[in-house]
Amino acid sequence: MDRNIDCAKAINEATEQCMKKYKNVFIFGLGVPDPKGIFGTTTGLQKKFGNQRVFDMPLAENGMTGVAVGAALNGFRPIITHQRIEFALLSMEQIINQAAKWNYMTAGKQNVPLVIRMIVGKGWGQGPQHSQNLESLFAHIPGLKVVMPFSPKDSKGLLISSIEDNNPVIFIEHRWLHSIKQQVPKSYYKIKIGTGRVACQGKDISLISYSYGIFECLKASKILKEKFNISAEVIDLRTIRPLDKNIILKSVKKTKRILAVDNSWKSFGVSAEIISIITDNLKTKDIKKIARIGNVEVPCPSTRALAKDFYCNYITIVNKVLNMMDSKKKYIKKNNLYDDVPDKSFKGPF
Amino acid sequence: MNNNLNKIYSKMIRIRMIEQKIASLYGEQEMRCPVHLSIGQEAVATGVCSQLKTNDIVLSAHRAHAHYLAKGGDLKKMLSELYGKENGCVMGKGGSMHLADLVAGFYPAVPIVGSTIPIGVGVALANKMKKNSNITCIFLGDGSTEEGVFHESLDFASLKNLNILFVCENNFYSVYSPMNVRQFEKRSALNLAKSHGLQGSHGDGSSVMEVIKKTKDGIKYIKKNKKPFFLELQTYRFIEHCGPNNDDNLKYRNKNEIDKWLKKDPIKLAENYLSKKNKKFFLDKEKIINKINIEIEKSFNQAKNARFPSSKNLKLHLYG
Repeated sequence: MDRNIDCAKAINEATEQCMKKYKNVFIFGLGVPDPKGIFGTTTGLQKKFGNQRVFDMPLAENGMTGVAVGAALNGFRPIITHQRIEFALLSMEQIINQAAKWNYMTAGKQNVPLVIRMIVGKGWGQGPQHSQNLESLFAHIPGLKVVMPFSPKDSKGLLISSIEDNNPVIFIEHRWLHSIKQQVPKSYYKIKIGTGRVACQGKDISLISYSYGIFECLKASKILKEKFNISAEVIDLRTIRPLDKNIILKSVKKTKRILAVDNSWKSFGVSAEIISIITDNLKTKDIKKIARIGNVEVPCPSTRALAKDFYCNYITIVNKVLNMMDSKKKYIKKNNLYDDVPDKSFKGPF
Repeated sequence: MNNNLNKIYSKMIRIRMIEQKIASLYGEQEMRCPVHLSIGQEAVATGVCSQLKTNDIVLSAHRAHAHYLAKGGDLKKMLSELYGKENGCVMGKGGSMHLADLVAGFYPAVPIVGSTIPIGVGVALANKMKKNSNITCIFLGDGSTEEGVFHESLDFASLKNLNILFVCENNFYSVYSPMNVRQFEKRSALNLAKSHGLQGSHGDGSSVMEVIKKTKDGIKYIKKNKKPFFLELQTYRFIEHCGPNNDDNLKYRNKNEIDKWLKKDPIKLAENYLSKKNKKFFLDKEKIINKINIEIEKSFNQAKNARFPSSKNLKLHLYG
């Protein structure tokens, strides 16, 4: 049975169903059992599963990540949550040196089934340290998996797969997606890590993105169709390590034009990876246009007056596509969009 | 007790002889990995591990050889690991700094200072959730007490009342950096542990008898109170931080200090004690040494002759 639920509820439901199914799943993080329950994603879990399996934590990100690694080595499947991805930076030592290396450095004698949920913020003046898209830091590391869903349905299926996975999985959520709704099956189901999906079919150009970027790409694709008669295909990567090479190449072979839309800064990032995959695997004659787009290479400022020019959004995407299609047209010349408040469906807090 | 102590002495001198053999063959450049030898620190490893059961889990750090061997880690697999061979304890993927023997209850060691402390706490948390009362023993050095993660881990161990024996081996140096450039004068690891809510004690890590007694008391406390315990033992490494050589020529350690600790060589202290109890001790010692020499010879030979892992292993084991 499907119901219309948002991403936050889908994540909550995935966690609950896994905790019911597997007695060795437990979850902790700052605020997990508090009244706000990590934006609703953990609400009610402590009541259902008790304070041994659902608990708050000291503000000790690196230590607590180590604790989770140790518990994972000794038979458990822990989930850690960070209300902002930036707090996880305090635990990079345990994530990169320990969790990511353990299976390899023990020649497979011990593995680390661990999910670390991290939430990316945006808008309302959150500024330099509460709105970073740091996915490529994690995706750079062999031994980690990095999952970045867009839709509620994918969030649930991918979180279940992440919890069942025998490896450390970095599960990155975008705060603005928590309130997006979709028909989601009530049943326990999985979506394979490392598989993308076609979010919208098209034939003229491929927009390749992930997580919140899909929201902007879908909006752009609608405008391109309605106002400019350009058919843009949108590829939702869903996970960035491992990356679904085949879905990228298949789409590019069809459209021959590619715009990789990064959620973050372009340099050394996911869009760079997408373009490398294409140029490594296809001949020049198969590619008519190839480009990438991302955020301005400065920290995100707090004031909306500047933040509006920081982010890449559907307007910049549409204009870039028009340029790539050799069109002289411009969608909106000046960006008057205040990018600090999300779609109307979003209800705070940030 | 005497018989038991004889066994413990054998284990200590076995570790010493293995480490000395590694040092003597290191120049052949066949063991191509950094080695942090435990010579001088054998009493701590041996004394503590003598009080642990196989199912009690031990975690260590960069200077792990003595802990691995004292906990019952397989010698052949350890040496093969140092030689980078396929039959090494982690198939040559870790080297000296990542020794592991899960059968013996010795979890993989790691060289990043302090990193196994929270991992050990997590192992103990898992035990508690499984209603398993085994001890988790975490060896750490004086340097790691300066890491933030040390404090994070002790707080959480205390908060959750976990069965952990923290063993701080204070050898006074972090590589070449002495205490007085790293810690204020009156700083005490034990007091820090106490302020995190742990009980603890300290002692001389040269005397295996003292180590055994302090460990016994600590374990008794843990079992009775279901709470962690912190043991600080002073000890001294006799050779360089990393590598096979004596580096006293560098003069970063005071001669009086070195002499004081050499006089307290844990092997000699144990021998003095045992020879007073047993007139035939030195005859026994010869037998023990001969036996160990044979084992060492065989173990090094098999490691030298073992196969290297084939190229296909490079990409294996990335994910579980």
